[in-house]
Amino acid sequence: MLRMTNDGNSNVIEVTDLWRRYGPPGPGGFDAVRGIGFTVGRGELYALLGTNGAGKTSAVELLEGLARPTRGTVTLFGRFDPVRDRRRVRPRTGVMLQRGGFPTDLTVAETVRMWASCTTDPRPAAEAVALVGLAARTDVAVKNLSGGEVRRLDLALATLGRPDLLFLDEPTTGMDPEGRHDTWRIIRRLRAEGTTIVLTTHYLEEAEQLADRLAVMHAGRIAATGTISDIVAEHPSTLAFRLPAGLTPADLPHPADLRASVATAPAGPAGRVELATDDLQHTTTEVLLWARAKGVALHQLDARSASLEEAFLRIARRRADGPGADDTGTDGTGTEQAA
Amino acid sequence: MNRTHLAALSRVELTLFLRSKSNLFNVLVIPVLIVMGTTTVMRQFDLKGAGLAMGHVMVSTTAGIVLIMALYAPLIGVYVLRREEYVLKRQRTGEIGDLVILASPAVPMAIAAVLQFTAIAAAVALIAGLGAPAAPHLVAVGVLLGTVLIAAAAALSTAFARTAESAQGVSTVGFMLLLVTSGTVVPLEVLPGPFADVLRFFPLTPVIELVRSGWTGEGAGMVDSVVRGATLLAWTALAAWGALRRFRWEPRA
Repeated sequence: MLRMTNDGNSNVIEVTDLWRRYGPPGPGGFDAVRGIGFTVGRGELYALLGTNGAGKTSAVELLEGLARPTRGTVTLFGRFDPVRDRRRVRPRTGVMLQRGGFPTDLTVAETVRMWASCTTDPRPAAEAVALVGLAARTDVAVKNLSGGEVRRLDLALATLGRPDLLFLDEPTTGMDPEGRHDTWRIIRRLRAEGTTIVLTTHYLEEAEQLADRLAVMHAGRIAATGTISDIVAEHPSTLAFRLPAGLTPADLPHPADLRASVATAPAGPAGRVELATDDLQHTTTEVLLWARAKGVALHQLDARSASLEEAFLRIARRRADGPGADDTGTDGTGTEQAA
Repeated sequence: MNRTHLAALSRVELTLFLRSKSNLFNVLVIPVLIVMGTTTVMRQFDLKGAGLAMGHVMVSTTAGIVLIMALYAPLIGVYVLRREEYVLKRQRTGEIGDLVILASPAVPMAIAAVLQFTAIAAAVALIAGLGAPAAPHLVAVGVLLGTVLIAAAAALSTAFARTAESAQGVSTVGFMLLLVTSGTVVPLEVLPGPFADVLRFFPLTPVIELVRSGWTGEGAGMVDSVVRGATLLAWTALAAWGALRRFRWEPRA
């Protein structure tokens, strides 16, 4: 059952100009989170995507109240600071860390009972372990669980107090495909019950399956944010083909006529051409008309709409170009990222 | 501090304590062996010339050894292991307060230490024919405050241990310092006067002196006892403040 989360404010999380620095001020330190900002509405599932080291976990730990921001603010349930108001916030939040440990000599049942004894209004222990599919493993010591089962136990504890707000930091890492799908089912159920969820993941499929909105983090900043459609729409579609011998990209119609930019694929076979376009239908039509008029066959023709994966990879590739490559912080998509 | 949470977690910690054979050995057997070995060391000193009885010295020595070996050293190991395995960080995500997280692993060891002191001190008193303590409340205050001090010192010491392996080194240095500066293995009465006067204000010394004065009745006056109690409280507050400031809840990145 969803409890009231705030006083008339529909945002459960409000993040403003959030910074997290490791180490001293100046050259010796490192800003893992660099001025991010976003809001998460009640009952929403908001995903933070990013490459390793993008700053997802560093950011989420600030939201969870496990660390103090170097600068900026986090407001939960309309009025609470997660560090200062820890006692008021914790009964309403659940957390599944990327790496969370348990005393390994306790059994599953003992671990759940221990957590329940320190949780306001917990689910019955039997219900909690059944929810995550560990009902048959209650008498097994934590040290004898598989990695995936430990993650399930972690999820059981995170949801034990029926939280209004749930933080899931890479919840399916280490799980087999069945476990991953089971976890997605649980997450969908919790969301359907009204739980607000912040999910960090580096599995794009996970974000596509679960998220209402997402943010792609890169080098401590939010590089793109919005719905999956919003993000994908900001990235061009691709038309790829191989030109016959004797023809070069210069023989193609003018890029302006194609409404595309032309790039040869350096790693691909000779004559391979890739056109990036925001109007895939127009570009494809123009190229095919040109090929018919010229009487040439285009081999390995591949028209592909932009996907979240492509958008993600384009953002991630900027890292290879150097961490300062996107120092402006955003790529223009979405509206919530920090200035 | 939430007493319900502390009671619940302490019960779990007691279960874990009883399931760990190495912890049981370290906490219940090692201190007894060291107390027995220390009697040989004590015979090297001219205790009679210093106005001390062997039995009384061994009772106060027992308090120091038990607190250090049954509480300080194993507690550092537990804190560091839990930190390195992300158990402490996981606990902090819930409703449990930081103080309860820190205090609960100490509870079973503290109980074991107090019971062990009581048993060994009773045995020493019986063997040496000491009789009952003259001021038992001073003995109780010394041991109980000493327990809190040592738990806080253990938490603070973990700030200097990066790994479970280095925790052993840190605890060795810590317990050696506590042993030699407190009169536990070398009674202050056999040391040069000015040196002993300085050591009286070191962390564990008031525990040794409260226990001994409580048992013998000598130096158990109000002023002396208050000075010892205040010294002990000051060190406890300092250790707790340092622990809360410096304690690391997760491994270093």
